[in-house]
Amino acid sequence: MALAAPAETYPGKVFEVIIGTEKTAVFGGENVLPFHKFDGSVPNRPVIAYEIQDVAPEDWPDTVKNVYGDAASDPVKWAIFCQNELKAEAIALRLIGTHPDRQDRSAEDAAKTVRAVLDAIEVPLIILGSNHVEKDSAVLVAAANAASGCNCIIGKAQEANYKTIAAAAMAQNHKLIAMSELDINLSKQLGILITQMGFDKEKLITDPMCSALGYGIEYTYSVMERIRLAALAQNDAVMQPPMLADIGMYAWKVKESQAAEADLPQWGSLKERGIAWEVVTAGALLLAGAELLIMRHPESVSAVQKFIDEL
Amino acid sequence: MLIIGEKLSIIAKRVREAMLNKDKGPIQEIAAAQWKAGSGMIDANIGPAEDNGEELMQWMVTTIQEAVPLPVCLDTTNFKAVEAGLIVHNNQWGKPLINSTSNDPERFPMLELAVKHNCQIIGLTVGKGGLPADAEERSAIAAEIMGRAMEYGLPLEDLYLDPLVLQIATSQDHALQVIRAVKMFQEMNEPPMKTVVGLSNVSNGCPKHVRPILNKHYFVMLMNAGLTAAIADANEIAEAMKDKPLIDDVLAGRTIDDAARMTETQKTIDVLTGKTLYAHSYLEM
Repeated sequence: MALAAPAETYPGKVFEVIIGTEKTAVFGGENVLPFHKFDGSVPNRPVIAYEIQDVAPEDWPDTVKNVYGDAASDPVKWAIFCQNELKAEAIALRLIGTHPDRQDRSAEDAAKTVRAVLDAIEVPLIILGSNHVEKDSAVLVAAANAASGCNCIIGKAQEANYKTIAAAAMAQNHKLIAMSELDINLSKQLGILITQMGFDKEKLITDPMCSALGYGIEYTYSVMERIRLAALAQNDAVMQPPMLADIGMYAWKVKESQAAEADLPQWGSLKERGIAWEVVTAGALLLAGAELLIMRHPESVSAVQKFIDEL
Repeated sequence: MLIIGEKLSIIAKRVREAMLNKDKGPIQEIAAAQWKAGSGMIDANIGPAEDNGEELMQWMVTTIQEAVPLPVCLDTTNFKAVEAGLIVHNNQWGKPLINSTSNDPERFPMLELAVKHNCQIIGLTVGKGGLPADAEERSAIAAEIMGRAMEYGLPLEDLYLDPLVLQIATSQDHALQVIRAVKMFQEMNEPPMKTVVGLSNVSNGCPKHVRPILNKHYFVMLMNAGLTAAIADANEIAEAMKDKPLIDDVLAGRTIDDAARMTETQKTIDVLTGKTLYAHSYLEM
């Protein structure tokens, strides 16, 4: 008699989210724990988006800047490079230049950048603000309008600014990232508040807040794991949107991916170290349940794609 | 069930000001209201009271006992303040209760005080390290506190074990662990050990309108688990007792006629037992 392996099944299922128009990307949709294909259905691979910015990435370490070189001086060129040369499945445009402490670019300027990038690429676009609560409410509303009809992801809506951003995303039929700060109960609360506005929960993406390896990743891991269990085991609809791990901005800002070889020769190659940091951070959060990743270095992306292939 | 009226806490602005100005009026008014609503003891929480703790606790004990014929629960980490309070306490209305000893060596002297003054004491099941993870860890600490109590010569019937209620908004899993601990504590001695909780801590940090709902349901569940005493607002407990038959019906899986109440009770039970994830708007889902 053949042995039937016991399957761990759940009443709940993660919502499947489709982004983009010409070329689309799909993620989520599974009814089992991450990569537990042997237990149930995992219809889609996690999607990895390449991060670009509206202004030159002066604060990025050379390891990543060198990859993009001159292309990074202009967001349109940068986006085309990611799409054509790096075969990006999706692009995440961070409007960091709108931050009052950076260039304080206006919402109108940001909207023009969004439009120009969208006109130049076919792959789906994720539009991120600068994480400045007040500025984002203006910038992301303008960006959502500029991207009308393009089925983008807009983010990130937080407790302090979700109303305007969610309303704009809803009006222009975009998906929306809801971010809370490493607290599963507040994550659920924000989901409730946004859906109470009439926003479709199946168009949400949850960002429980990322953190890099060695800098609190265990908190992100634990919150993600518990969100996924609530979605599957408790069939909690507010917890069923797919999750975002915004890897690059955290992994490339830590000491390990920045400290020079001359200062810390015992740490080995700076380039390998930085890439390894981004890969391990991404790998861990994929296992915790992230379905959408935002990353920076193409070698990290290839390594993570291989990791996904093998799981 | 012993209700220890909780309203006299230094955290409340009105009480703090009355303590500061030695204004007996508000203190006695609150104590009398708690007594009338069914409290069998009054909690006097003076905080750490590092400066004038002894004088303040004596003033609190006498002020309360001038107004109500009840014993006082002396709630402070200040050892000297507790002893000062015990000296003036009128035991004619019952033994006072020290709040509290624990597994932290700094709190061991409180046990000595309880023996010396022949009073009761709360044993909070925490150690010097972190918070207990589950009911089992709480029980292990409880066993150590019980052992120490016997060593010091305190009769176990004078010890109330407190499993430490945590906030549901941040530590949801603990709500059920505390209920389990209350059951386990009772099995640790014959006759069963007495148990006590600081009830309202479960809803600390929750929206104001949700707090009494969570407190009420949690109280009924703890009572069903065999809880002996609760530091709580006696008015909320009276409300809980009125609703207890209805809450018990839902706990037993029966449907009740009032659909709105049914939903509220079911959702609250699900949150307290960890069946659904807590969020501030859980009642609106």
